[in-house]
Amino acid sequence: MTTVTTGKDPQSTEALDFVAPKADELAALFVGRSRPPRPSALSASLTFGWRAMLKIKHVPEQLFDVTAFPIMMVLMYTYLFGGALAGSVSEYVQFLLPGILVMSVVMITMYTGVSVNTDIEKGVFDRFRTLPIWRPAPMVGYLLGDVVRYLIASAVMLTVGVIIGYRPDGGIVGILLGVALLMVFSFAFSWIWTMFGLLLRSEKSVMGVSMMVIFPLTFLSNVFVDPKTMPGWLQAFVNNNPVTHLATAVRELMAGRWPGTDIVWVLGWSALFVLVFGWVTMRLYNRK
Amino acid sequence: MTTDLAIETEGLVKVFGTNRAVDGIDLRVPAGTVYGVLGPNGAGKTTAVRMLATLLRPDGGRASVFGRDVVREADAVRGRVSLTGQYASVDEDLTGTENLVLLARLLGHTRPDARARSGELLAAFGLAEAADKQVKNYSGGMRRRIDIAASILNTPDLLFLDEPTTGLDPRSRNQVWDIVRAVVAQGTTVLLTTQYLDEADQLAARIAVIDHGKVIAEGTKGELKASVGSGAVHVRLRDPEQRPEAERVLRSALNATVQLDPDPVALTATVDGHGTDLGAAEQAARALAELSRAGITVDNFALGQPSLDEVFLALTDRKGTTA
Repeated sequence: MTTVTTGKDPQSTEALDFVAPKADELAALFVGRSRPPRPSALSASLTFGWRAMLKIKHVPEQLFDVTAFPIMMVLMYTYLFGGALAGSVSEYVQFLLPGILVMSVVMITMYTGVSVNTDIEKGVFDRFRTLPIWRPAPMVGYLLGDVVRYLIASAVMLTVGVIIGYRPDGGIVGILLGVALLMVFSFAFSWIWTMFGLLLRSEKSVMGVSMMVIFPLTFLSNVFVDPKTMPGWLQAFVNNNPVTHLATAVRELMAGRWPGTDIVWVLGWSALFVLVFGWVTMRLYNRK
Repeated sequence: MTTDLAIETEGLVKVFGTNRAVDGIDLRVPAGTVYGVLGPNGAGKTTAVRMLATLLRPDGGRASVFGRDVVREADAVRGRVSLTGQYASVDEDLTGTENLVLLARLLGHTRPDARARSGELLAAFGLAEAADKQVKNYSGGMRRRIDIAASILNTPDLLFLDEPTTGLDPRSRNQVWDIVRAVVAQGTTVLLTTQYLDEADQLAARIAVIDHGKVIAEGTKGELKASVGSGAVHVRLRDPEQRPEAERVLRSALNATVQLDPDPVALTATVDGHGTDLGAAEQAARALAELSRAGITVDNFALGQPSLDEVFLALTDRKGTTA
């Protein structure tokens, strides 16, 4: 092709610190290219998950909330309530650690909303949305990346717990089952945050709304104490709070028991969250 | 089914609150060419492009890309278009290579293919050295190039370039133009929005001028220029004091509008050929004779086609006075 010219201004080309595009190379880029078939839903989602990993690699500071924050939570609550509530720290930590693990990870999920909110405003989302891929893939990829963050937080907290005297009867298997259930719930629950991330206009409002949801949900549960001493109306809320079911299920699994009813409740809540908030998220995403 | 049209819109409308950002646009963009959409800031160019690229849902009218409706068959449209937005549509936190590999994977390339393709593109776009740097450390020109590279990972049938050279220095701008020419030479249709007339003049075969969400003129460059007159006489005087007199003489000699240029000794008159059989050159010669008869010293003079700038100002001005 002769229509292409480069280096119109030979004097200044020498002064450049980068190389201008070359016409023949450009032309060669287009010759005989066929388009590959579009990727599967899973492949596209995993690719977006890989993007989340790359972001962690480039901005490792963002791991602060899944390392320092959980350590602080474990130490603070164990020593704050330990003596008063259970007589001794080593006894209380057996009860508290699975609960505080659930509470911290559920709290960390709210950062998903903030990152969706800041990311969606950037030009790169326009490109994602013009790609012929499975529509929820960018959001699912986000959440898959976040699951890695939740796993890091869980590992950190369990390590600290074991150091200060947590000895679960369920052993490794119990711990892994408990963490697996926690991951399923957190993945499903995060769709609430992707919804708010797309719905609300600023990062600050996302934070504000997240607090409003997360505090009652995590504190009004059986994470810290057995709900039997609470007034009836509060018990009604606490006993039906998904976080209570999750905390019970994780606690029992780690203690080596099989809390069938609570597991079913947790999976049921998870399915509900994905269906409802996943659907709303995708509607907002397509309309944005 | 019309296969020779890349884009066809009918009465396309988008309303934001009380603002009719796009107010009934009809476009027919032939395949295989660069089509320029020209207009000032806020004219509705970007909104129109976002609807065509399936990012925004139209509030009225319809639009199709290669015969596929942008709302009902959005996925089919997405398979054939690429968008390079006004702001870099790449991830600033990732490196050049990571960006291209990510997008290539999303387009269905295998991991080795994605790496190979990204390497080729980075090399061809003069970004090989910056491949492992985060895009946020790129210069404006480099960003624009990685952005276009990302758009042609799979050679698209239709490429939207939304103000691709806004904010670029002249040499980066020339590089982007070269890339656009290379892309079109391969048979890709390009829809180029710009507020720079010389950019449309350089690249586009046909141009639509948009203002206040409406197409106010459409045609080839030649047609647009001819629509405001067959030519323009540019005159430079020796003495700025004589300009009002020169303006009066030119207006009566040419029976046309005379524009006072920012330069105090310069004037431009359009020669439209109305009410006379004379050609533009002859009319201009007579006008010059009139000037010298009136004792006005002319330092320099040129007869040319009106520039797109003049076309644009004439068009937007005309609309402003009638609306």
